[in-house]
Amino acid sequence: MVHMTESTQPLLQVTGLKKYFPVRSGLFSRVSAWVKAVDDITLHVNRGETLGLVGESGCGKTTVGRAILRLVEPTAGEVIFEGKDVLALRSKELRQMRRRMQLIFQDPYSSLNPRMTIGSIVSEPLKIHHIAQGKALQDQVDQLFMRVGLRPEHQSRYPHEFSGGQRQRVGIARALALNPKFIVCDEAVSALDVSIQAQILNLLRDLQQEFHLSYLFITHDLNVVQYLADRIAVMYLGQLAEVAPAKDLFTDPKHPYTQALLSANPVPDPTAASQRIILPGDVPSPLNPPKGCRFHPRCPHVMDVCKTVEPHLTQIGPPEKGHQVWCHLYP
Amino acid sequence: MDQAKPNVPRNAGAVNLDAEGLAPPETPWEEFLRIFKKDYQALLGFLVLVLLLITALAGKALTEWWVVFDPQVVRLTDKFLPPLSVPSPDSIPADRPFAGVYLMGTDELGRDVFARMFQGSFVSLSIGFVAVGISLGIGILLGGLSGFYGHVKLWFITVDTLIMRFTDAMMCFPTFFLILTAVALLPPSIYTIMIIIGLFSWMGTARFVRAEFLSIREQDYVTAAKALGIPEGRIIFRHMVPNALAPVFVSATIGVATAILTESGLSFLGFGVPPPYATWGNILSDGKGFVFDAPGYFHSSPGDFYRRSGL
Repeated sequence: MVHMTESTQPLLQVTGLKKYFPVRSGLFSRVSAWVKAVDDITLHVNRGETLGLVGESGCGKTTVGRAILRLVEPTAGEVIFEGKDVLALRSKELRQMRRRMQLIFQDPYSSLNPRMTIGSIVSEPLKIHHIAQGKALQDQVDQLFMRVGLRPEHQSRYPHEFSGGQRQRVGIARALALNPKFIVCDEAVSALDVSIQAQILNLLRDLQQEFHLSYLFITHDLNVVQYLADRIAVMYLGQLAEVAPAKDLFTDPKHPYTQALLSANPVPDPTAASQRIILPGDVPSPLNPPKGCRFHPRCPHVMDVCKTVEPHLTQIGPPEKGHQVWCHLYP
Repeated sequence: MDQAKPNVPRNAGAVNLDAEGLAPPETPWEEFLRIFKKDYQALLGFLVLVLLLITALAGKALTEWWVVFDPQVVRLTDKFLPPLSVPSPDSIPADRPFAGVYLMGTDELGRDVFARMFQGSFVSLSIGFVAVGISLGIGILLGGLSGFYGHVKLWFITVDTLIMRFTDAMMCFPTFFLILTAVALLPPSIYTIMIIIGLFSWMGTARFVRAEFLSIREQDYVTAAKALGIPEGRIIFRHMVPNALAPVFVSATIGVATAILTESGLSFLGFGVPPPYATWGNILSDGKGFVFDAPGYFHSSPGDFYRRSGL
């Protein structure tokens, strides 16, 4: 809000993003149904901020991240990054754009090519985009290694020689190599044990400050987003339930699903009264989502209107606060 | 003895860990060697392979470049000699074999079977390797295309369907008869044989590579490479092919043996490598007419060699 000139326009604006996967069956593998993995998501990421994207397994978080990077082709919607429509880019422009947006993966074991040394994994993007060569390339890779806390002399080694945390650092160095502005962290710390998680989270936070990065931090771990995120978006079954500044979301969740989700989060305080909201039933299939509000079959506050009408966006408090909720409880 | 000792690190037996708990740097090649040395079966197999290769190379060198064993000298006086026999006294002195002994006897024209075996080993092995090389090339290319661009639609069928049905069609042919037909139509030469065997034996490789590609395509490191804007060709050849090759090489080793056997089968039927080149197959085939006249030895030696190299 201070630098109104540049920061009024968000770095990334996603509007009406949809990704439907076809289900093929029958004799000529006709499309018999669509899995609505992501159904009409609208969100934005400001410069230098972290947007946490939370939700349970299978709710479409990962698909959102990949669709933004065009690693899966979205069915519909608009992704504006630094003023350009990512979905309209031709392959050559897309390659240039990919220097600005990167991805850090969940599984540090499958995200590194086992047949390449970690040095060549990190230097490859620099070579491909003709950013550096020879000595300059080597220097740059050394710098990246040191920046993410790896020893440059380990460059000639192969991924299998490293621990999960070290591999994740290699993955981060690779993502940073092209000097991006925006990084999608897809469950970037979920596969690591807790002490390593903390190290990696701190590293990500330091890098954010140093390079003025924006993160879309996809996770199911509420403690992680609480630590890192400025704003949090909660997804349920391919749609957004609530978007709010991190503090507001944790102190004053509005959507019944968010409330249930937060109540399931363990608090490191044995004396804290636990008021666990238990949701009945299971997550419905995204093949055939419930009509009206997708959460209505499990919602403790379900009303008649929820069963027929899809909820629309409601601002809680002043719009500039940015607390949005999709729920009929807040007309 | 004592002076050599200080050079040996004190913890030579233990694995040397550096400050961050990593084992000392080891390239995949070094790791391969370390494991390989412990496996006596692998070592034995490797030894046999090396011996075969040396035989083949020496065969080429000693029968064509520096003619020590001449496979082409016809000595009508020395027909059908059993192994380890000496030339008859009335043979021409210049035509006598090296060291004055026919190690494996002579054939119906009095040619030295050992010399022919020696020359034939190079021809047979090179047919094996070149044919497998060709089939690997085609197999990797088609399998890779099918696995990577499989979902792309061409008119009404996908690339994957097109290539894999073609592969299936190729597999349906009885390969040997297909090769026989092709050989009958084309001018006979070693190269024709190599190319034809290669062209008709890539199907297994293509299937392996496709299967590997289908699983590797979904790996995160391939997604990462895409996200980094690395061109598709480089993703395929630098990231995917090296990871897809392990099962391919296993089938290729068997492929070499199969190719040699196919060639020998062709030669045996008289469609193979034309004379004067000796291969294990045509030595055997020359021998077959005289099985009853001069029992045993000419075909036993090349026949024996197949069994060994085939294994």
